[in-house]
Amino acid sequence: MSKKPLGWDGKTLNVILEESEKLFKETGYYYGITKLTLKEEDPFRFERNYASLRGALVSARETALHVAASPIVKEIGELCFALYTPEGDSIVVSTGILVHVHTMSEAVKFMIRQDYEDDPGINIGDIFLNNDPACGNVHTTDVQTLIPIFWNEELVGWAGGVTHQIDTGGITPGHDLVPAMQRFDDGVYYTCRKIGSNDRIWKDHLISAKRSVRTPMYWELDEKCRLAGDLMIRDAVLEFIKKEGIDYYKRFIREAIEEGRRVFLERIKERLIPGRYRAAAFMDMPQKNEAWQPRARLDKISNQPLEIIIKEDGKMSLSFEGASGPGPNCMNAEKGAMEGGQWVLLTQILIYADKVNDGAYFAVEKNYPLGSWCNPGDIYLSYQAPWGNLIPAYTGMMKCLSYGLFSRGYREEVVSGYSFTGDAIQGGGVYSDGPLIGQRWSLSTFEISGQGLGASAVRDGLNWGYAMWNPESDLGDVETWELFQGGVPYLSRRIKPNLSGHGKFRGGANYEGVALVAYSKEVDFFGAREGMVFHGAGGMHGGYPNATGYRLYAKNTNLEEIIRNREDYPLGDPDPSNGEFERLLRADITRKPYCSIYPITLENYDLIYYFMSGGPGYGDPLERKIEQIKQDLDDGFYTENIVNNVYGVVAKFNDKEREWIIDEKATENRRKEIKNERIEKSMTFEEFWEKERKKITENKLNDPVRLMYTESLNLSKMWSKFFKEFWKLPEDFQIEVK
Amino acid sequence: MEKYDKKTLERMIDGDLSWEELKPIISGRKDPNRFNMILEILQKRVPWKERIILPLHEHLYIVSKDGQRIVKCDCGHEFGDYQENWKTKCRVRVRDTIEEIGELYPKYMGSDPEWEELREYYCPGCFTLLDTEAVPPGYPTIFNFLPDIDAFYEKWLGKKAPDK
Repeated sequence: MSKKPLGWDGKTLNVILEESEKLFKETGYYYGITKLTLKEEDPFRFERNYASLRGALVSARETALHVAASPIVKEIGELCFALYTPEGDSIVVSTGILVHVHTMSEAVKFMIRQDYEDDPGINIGDIFLNNDPACGNVHTTDVQTLIPIFWNEELVGWAGGVTHQIDTGGITPGHDLVPAMQRFDDGVYYTCRKIGSNDRIWKDHLISAKRSVRTPMYWELDEKCRLAGDLMIRDAVLEFIKKEGIDYYKRFIREAIEEGRRVFLERIKERLIPGRYRAAAFMDMPQKNEAWQPRARLDKISNQPLEIIIKEDGKMSLSFEGASGPGPNCMNAEKGAMEGGQWVLLTQILIYADKVNDGAYFAVEKNYPLGSWCNPGDIYLSYQAPWGNLIPAYTGMMKCLSYGLFSRGYREEVVSGYSFTGDAIQGGGVYSDGPLIGQRWSLSTFEISGQGLGASAVRDGLNWGYAMWNPESDLGDVETWELFQGGVPYLSRRIKPNLSGHGKFRGGANYEGVALVAYSKEVDFFGAREGMVFHGAGGMHGGYPNATGYRLYAKNTNLEEIIRNREDYPLGDPDPSNGEFERLLRADITRKPYCSIYPITLENYDLIYYFMSGGPGYGDPLERKIEQIKQDLDDGFYTENIVNNVYGVVAKFNDKEREWIIDEKATENRRKEIKNERIEKSMTFEEFWEKERKKITENKLNDPVRLMYTESLNLSKMWSKFFKEFWKLPEDFQIEVK
Repeated sequence: MEKYDKKTLERMIDGDLSWEELKPIISGRKDPNRFNMILEILQKRVPWKERIILPLHEHLYIVSKDGQRIVKCDCGHEFGDYQENWKTKCRVRVRDTIEEIGELYPKYMGSDPEWEELREYYCPGCFTLLDTEAVPPGYPTIFNFLPDIDAFYEKWLGKKAPDK
């Protein structure tokens, strides 16, 4: 290599990355920094400087999002900016989707390890693009732009921005592509590609990119949005160096990360209890009757066991040992996705203030077993929607940390879990009428940003206001969504009963909606969410999981006639066993017990039904206060039969007063009756163990469950030992897969 | 330094704080003496004399009894050594039919029992529902939390555990 090395003190980037990793390994401190000299010498200057950089990043985000046109970015704020060291460790991040605290770190490290310094070269004004999950991303629809920051020919950092795209040109329109089963279905891949120089995006790239996606205008403006933010960050860093000097800056960025690491350890010691925490979550992939591709016609359930160890020095280790295998589906996860899911939750539960950066990353040891769904080791699988696995999987982390928070006395911080950000209805079509005739529209609603949160140990869960992947979740405005998904205008939106997980404190509630296909042709529709299993790790301390999803739609309807005659049409599905669709429509109505479906074709006047998730519950439902149940009934969160069966509350609706009246005496008796049922219908643990064991030994498991166990037993000796010891099975025990 | 009086914490435990009262407690810096205060409140509430070492659950406590650390329900039922999973001493109900799951969730809104069953773990003393597990049939019982009590007291709080 003839060029001057870009790293510090005449070293190449590869050398400084290796040095950094070696120093951490040898000393346990980031970059071997044992003493926070700058902070100790002048803490005010240190904090002021950190705040000014953070302010610059937040400002970059707030300004840049106005360059974008996509409502996902502009309305919902699905973007985030970060500043990285030359080796790719995050120093400071903006607000927004904090999923990306560490993701772009991996992209920078990938470029360094691949010797981009030599070829294709890293120069002042260069622009790099990445959306490859194998190089530090969550899924292909998160698109990242990175630019190097130079000071006197030395690389002093990277500015990175990420936005969530409406479409990246995959096998179907949308952002979480259920039919994707291999890399080639995921849409356009940019693997840390140089796409510009001299601060300008190359024309040939833009032409090619816009032809590779279904929403070219959003792509172009989102790309410019990310670059605009990155350039603002670069200006702020250069200003910082001018003011404070390069030597201060170099030391400062290292100390900020080391302090981030220490803050994380201290926060753990402040809030949790050392020990071993365990949870298990699951996700269904019912594709046997859905998939187009023969190899994808397989029903799967993924095993997501989680163990967290909090050590006496405050360090955390997190392991998915026992996770089942990847599959011919879109939900496989790479390391970047697992890191993303982890950090977006840790920044909500533990490190929501102080220094949010890669310091915390260095304080956590992880185990994503090779060959499992969370580290398949095969880049040719689909990684289009790892969220399908990691969202339920990390409910376990929230639950585990909540056990610690509870024991420590911080009950207000407990959250029993959260729900899947679905129903992620997607698809698209072409306008067949109106001013936009011939143009494509895309159904990629981010209403999914408003889910029910799990209950805490002291209150009910938040209604329609939580998304695990964005701490600033916002379900947006119907009017805005209709701007770009105009082919499916809303007919209704209202509260759906019985979504909240039961408990002393119930999970958050949510709503349902009906959309009409209109003014369109070539309409594809699909959706994704759990359905055959409850979401994630369920409720906590006796609370139940929230309701599962299901699929409902109507084709060949008589809606045109209904509208013409001004008759009633369905506004929802409050009671699936006595459906409004069936009562009010003449149509081909489809109901499926699962929610993730491959695309179907719809015509004008067809109806799409969807609903968002409730949250899991906390504590024994029989301990829920009667006045709270009355409120639940009045609000339409639960129905009479469910409060009777679960909460033991007997209520009657007063037509005159338009409110529910609780019969307290009957309620007292009903609650006693439920306690008696518990005595009668329960068994000793030994009896349970015998009965349950027979389900395994007498081959009473269905195909997807058998496949799940087989994969976990084969992939992990440790989990196999644990499973066989628990059920006292011989060492050579195998579960037969048909 | 934040500090909350016992009455506020008691009302919080009972779920009686309004959102306006609770929000600053969630958003604010944590009161470092919280653990001791909660311990004191809970000790007064339980109808038995054993010393609570660690609150484990809404109804379960690790207590010191005859030189042993055991899990005890507030109803008085004892689950034995805290290092063993207390769930293995529970009464268990398994909902593994559509009808039984359908008692709690409307049609289509519960799991398919062939894919996932719903287990309910009750205290054998008071039949309070202590835990639910939504797991595929044949899944081992999950051991939620095994605290390292001595490391907590000695390394993090800088004192011996109450039973030491």
